[in-house]
Amino acid sequence: METYDAVGENNFNPSSYHGNHTKQHATWSPYDNNGGTVMAVAGEDYVICAADTRMSTGYSIMTRQYTKVDEMSPKTLMASAGFMADAATLKKLLKGRCDQYQFANNKPIGCVAFAQMLSNTLYMRRFFPYYAFNIVAGLDAEGKGAVFTYDAVGSYERTNYSCQGSGQQLIMPVLDNQLKTVSPLVLPAVSSATPLSEEEAIDLIKDCFATAGERDIYTGDAVELFVMNKDGIRKETMPLKTD
Amino acid sequence: MTSLNLDFSVLDRPVRKEADELTSTLENDVLCGINTHDQYFTIPRVEDFSRFQKDVVEHVKPQHGTTTLGFIFEHGIIIAVDSRASQGPYISSQTVKKVIEINPFLLGTMAGGAADCQFWQRNLGIQCRLHELETGKRITVTGASKLLANTLYGYRGRGLSMGTMVAGWDTTGPGLFYVDSDGTRLKGKRFSVGSGSLFAYGVLDQGFRHDLSIKEAAELGRRAIYHATFRDAFSGGTVSVYHVGPDGWTKMSGTDVGELHYEYYPADAVENPERHGGGEGDIFVPKKREHEQNREDGEKKKDSSPEAMET
Repeated sequence: METYDAVGENNFNPSSYHGNHTKQHATWSPYDNNGGTVMAVAGEDYVICAADTRMSTGYSIMTRQYTKVDEMSPKTLMASAGFMADAATLKKLLKGRCDQYQFANNKPIGCVAFAQMLSNTLYMRRFFPYYAFNIVAGLDAEGKGAVFTYDAVGSYERTNYSCQGSGQQLIMPVLDNQLKTVSPLVLPAVSSATPLSEEEAIDLIKDCFATAGERDIYTGDAVELFVMNKDGIRKETMPLKTD
Repeated sequence: MTSLNLDFSVLDRPVRKEADELTSTLENDVLCGINTHDQYFTIPRVEDFSRFQKDVVEHVKPQHGTTTLGFIFEHGIIIAVDSRASQGPYISSQTVKKVIEINPFLLGTMAGGAADCQFWQRNLGIQCRLHELETGKRITVTGASKLLANTLYGYRGRGLSMGTMVAGWDTTGPGLFYVDSDGTRLKGKRFSVGSGSLFAYGVLDQGFRHDLSIKEAAELGRRAIYHATFRDAFSGGTVSVYHVGPDGWTKMSGTDVGELHYEYYPADAVENPERHGGGEGDIFVPKKREHEQNREDGEKKKDSSPEAMET
C-alpha cells in the first residue's frame, strides 16, 4: 500500500516534478460535493451574506447545523459551497493570512484586498484546485456594500449580488429578475446599486432559500443571514424544511 | 524613564541588493506570493497529469470567456469585446471585464479560461511595472507581449487555456500581438479571438479599411462583436470598445447587446420593410423602444444612422 499526503507540497519545477516520489493511482479522486447554497446581496450601505446549514454527501445528510459563512475580518464575510474539507482548509489558510496582514499593517484587511488575496490563493492551486465555490461580501473603504464572486480557480468579479452552490441555478434567475441593474460596463456609466432596503433584501433572501429548499435536495434545514452595516455584523437565523 | 525607540531605517538610502535577493524580498513582501519568475503551484501527485486535469475541468467547470477583436488602422488601434462568461451551458456572468487595463498605454484582452487570463495578465502588469522601475522607461508592446508569451510557454502542456491580444502604443507607434497558451506569439494588424471570432472576422474583414476614422472604426468593432454575439451562444452581454492612440487608451463605448440588436438587426427592416417582401403588416417590425425614441428626439439623428456608419 502506498502512502502519500493528499496536499502535495510540490513546487512547479520540472526537475522536481519528474523526480521519484510516490504517485497517486490514475483513478484517485480527491473530491466530494457536500452541497449547500450560499448567496450575498449588497446595498448602498449594507451587505448581507447568507447560507443554508445543511451538509450532505450523496443522498445522506451529514449535519443540519453547518455554518458556511465566516467572518474573515471586521469588514469581510466569506461563504463557501462545494467540498467542505477544501473550503475549511482554504478558510483556515486565509484567516492566517488575515492575521499576518493585521500584524504587518496594524489594521485589519479590507474586503477589496481580501478579495484579490482569495483570487491569488485559489489560482495557486490552478492544477489541483480547491473544490470550493466562494462568495466574499463586505463593506468597501467608502462603506458601500460589495460582493465578489469566484470560480474554483480564482477568476473573480465585483457584483451587487451573487449565489453559488447547489441552488445557484434555481436562485440566480430570481435575483436577476428582482435586482438586475444596468451593467457596470455600460458607458456613459449609470449607478448600479441594488434598489432594495436592508429589510427588503433580508426578506428576498429568505424567500430565495425557502424556494430553493423546495426543489433542491442539498438545500434545507436552516438559513443563516449575516447582515453587515455601519453598526457592525448581526446574525439572523430562519428555519427551513428538514425533508 | 522610558526611552522611545524610533526606527529611521526607512529613511536610509536603499541598499542595492543582488538580483536574486531582491526578487525573493519582492516575492515575500510586496507581491504576496506572486513571483515574477517562478510560481509555486501545488501539483497533484498523480500518474496521469493530463487525465487528472481533464477530470478537474469536468468537476470544477472553470469560467470561459469568448469573442474579442483588435485591429490597427490609420488612427491607432481598436479593441472590442463582449462580456459573457459561461460554465458549461450555464451563463455565469454577463458583466465580465474582458479588456484588462495593464497600464495607461497597454491593454490585454481575454478569451479562454477566465482565471488564467485574469491571473496572468495581472502578473504581466506586475512584470511591466517592474520593468519601468528597473529601466525608467515604459515597456514596449513587443516586450510586454514577449514577457507574456514566455511565461505561457513555460506552462505549455499544463492545460492553461488563453487566447489574448496585447495592444498598446510605444515609441514605434501602435502595436498589436496575439499570444496564446500554446506559446504562439504573432504580430499583426487584425485579430479576432474566441469562439465567436469567425463571425467577428466576417464582419471585420468586410468593413475594414486602413483610412477609417476613429468613429467609423469603433462602429466597425462594435458591429463585428454584435454579430458574433448574435450567432455564437457563448458570446453576449455588453459590447465594450476601446481606442488606443499616442496618448494611451480610452474606452469609447459600452453598449448592451439588447440595444444594439435594434440598431443592427434586421439592418433595414425598420427603415424599408417592403424590401423584405411586404409592408409592415407582413413582417415583424420591432416598435421603437422608449430609450431609442428619447435618443432620437434628443439628438435629432446626429450621426446614429446605421447607413452613414457602414463604410
